[in-house]
Amino acid sequence: MYDGAGCEESLSLSMESTSLPPALELKEVFFGYGADDVLEDVSLTLEAGSFLAVVGPNGGGKTTLLKLVLGLLRPRKGRIRVWGLPPEQARRLVGYVPQSRTFHQGFPITVEETVLLGRLGTGSDLGGFSREDRVVARQAMERVEVADLARRQLRTLSGGQLQRVLIARALAGNSRILLLDEPTANVDARAEEDVFELLRRLQGETTIVVVSHDVGFITSYARQVACVNRRLVCHPTAELTGEVIQQMYDTPVRLIQHGHRHGHH
Amino acid sequence: MEFFSALAQHTFLQYALLGGLLASVGCGVMGTYVVVKRIGYLAGGIAHAVLGGMGVAYFFGAAPIVGALVAALVAALLVGWASLGREEERDAIIGALWASGMALGILFISQTPGYNVDLMSYLFGNILMISSSDLLLMAALDAVIIGATLLFARLFLAVCFDEQFALVRGVRVRLVYLFLLCLVALTVVLLVRVVGLILVIALLTLPAAIAGQLVGTVRRMMVVATVLGAVFTTSGLALAYGPDLPAGAVIVLLAGLTYLAVSVLRRRGSRSRFGLRQSGR
Repeated sequence: MYDGAGCEESLSLSMESTSLPPALELKEVFFGYGADDVLEDVSLTLEAGSFLAVVGPNGGGKTTLLKLVLGLLRPRKGRIRVWGLPPEQARRLVGYVPQSRTFHQGFPITVEETVLLGRLGTGSDLGGFSREDRVVARQAMERVEVADLARRQLRTLSGGQLQRVLIARALAGNSRILLLDEPTANVDARAEEDVFELLRRLQGETTIVVVSHDVGFITSYARQVACVNRRLVCHPTAELTGEVIQQMYDTPVRLIQHGHRHGHH
Repeated sequence: MEFFSALAQHTFLQYALLGGLLASVGCGVMGTYVVVKRIGYLAGGIAHAVLGGMGVAYFFGAAPIVGALVAALVAALLVGWASLGREEERDAIIGALWASGMALGILFISQTPGYNVDLMSYLFGNILMISSSDLLLMAALDAVIIGATLLFARLFLAVCFDEQFALVRGVRVRLVYLFLLCLVALTVVLLVRVVGLILVIALLTLPAAIAGQLVGTVRRMMVVATVLGAVFTTSGLALAYGPDLPAGAVIVLLAGLTYLAVSVLRRRGSRSRFGLRQSGR
């Protein structure tokens, strides 16, 4: 059933302007940390304005895929382009929301400062933050509804609040594509729904790629789903059934549905 | 008080006071980075490697402070370069540098002919021996530290807070980190004269660690830590003068006791996990 041929066609949910390069393009990408390939023959084209969910079992290569797109890892073979640019050059166009906290939890920093750091790479990084930096950071905080927390210490936030702040930080960098790695891994169910609602609102304004192990939840929000387990197979969410997922994970998975119903075949 | 009348009379006391104040600036600013980046052990390694440089310089008849500067910078680059991307090996690398630096220093000092240098003053410092040229050097080092911190404030904050995110935003993380370590090395040299290399780490980290319990941003920590450093060095000097105690040890002890007291008070005052204020105000 899976030929691993990628999903050039199925994901071409294009916007009107076709002159833009695709937000993301992977062509026959291979990657491995050692002798074995973690990712094999991965191809993917994502048009501007898409909302893609990347799902798959642990160790299947989801985070590796994101790191390749960020240019933190280099593919063994194949080509990756972000807005037509190699990943290293496209970093400034990418807003990244990491999976785990990549910082010490007790670090003395305010919410506003955290979001301001998202402005790095948008101009000269020397000296203090400019008025424009502060305006953009304020707007980013307002978009995710954390503006009232601006003066709070980062370490005093709840998991859901922190996740919003990290999304604001990613938005503050004028990013044209948002990569989120397990954005709901450390938050409770209510906050999880909040985060996905937020992403739903951002949808259309920006291109979004969300990595999640939580198939049921994410599929009710994203329009396309890429299953990654060494190879990558794409589905429009409507086609995603329990059977399909089960084959991907090699174990029975219950497809929990939230909101709308998927069409089961 | 005896100290203040003596202060008016003796130039060496005035120099000592000024030296303490100049050292406070460096320890407040760079100490804050050391504390928030959690590289106290690394700074300790650099401090002890400094003895190697001092010993070699002394043996060849050069000024020990020059040897200290060179050794500190070499140590910082060595540790920084060797441990980049190999976090798990970092402790071992620092430990090796720490011990070998000291061993090198002891060997060279022991082989230096003639009048044997007072090893104790390197290890524990002697703030009363600060000369006017020392003060000039300290002022210059402070200027470099403050200038660099103003210019690179955003990059230092980014690299201390979240290296991976900084990297993704196109920051040259390794370069910034190595530069920060070099500034830490300069600060260590700045402080060695005041409290000696064994106690450097205390003066570098304690004021900033206390500040971290009182305020919630890096910038405020720097200001508070500088003020605390000034208070500790001045009062330590004053307390040590009467009974003729080693000033460096008194200064560090004051800082240590204050840290302890503040920690206990904060833990009692707040049940929050970090015992810290809830807002940045």
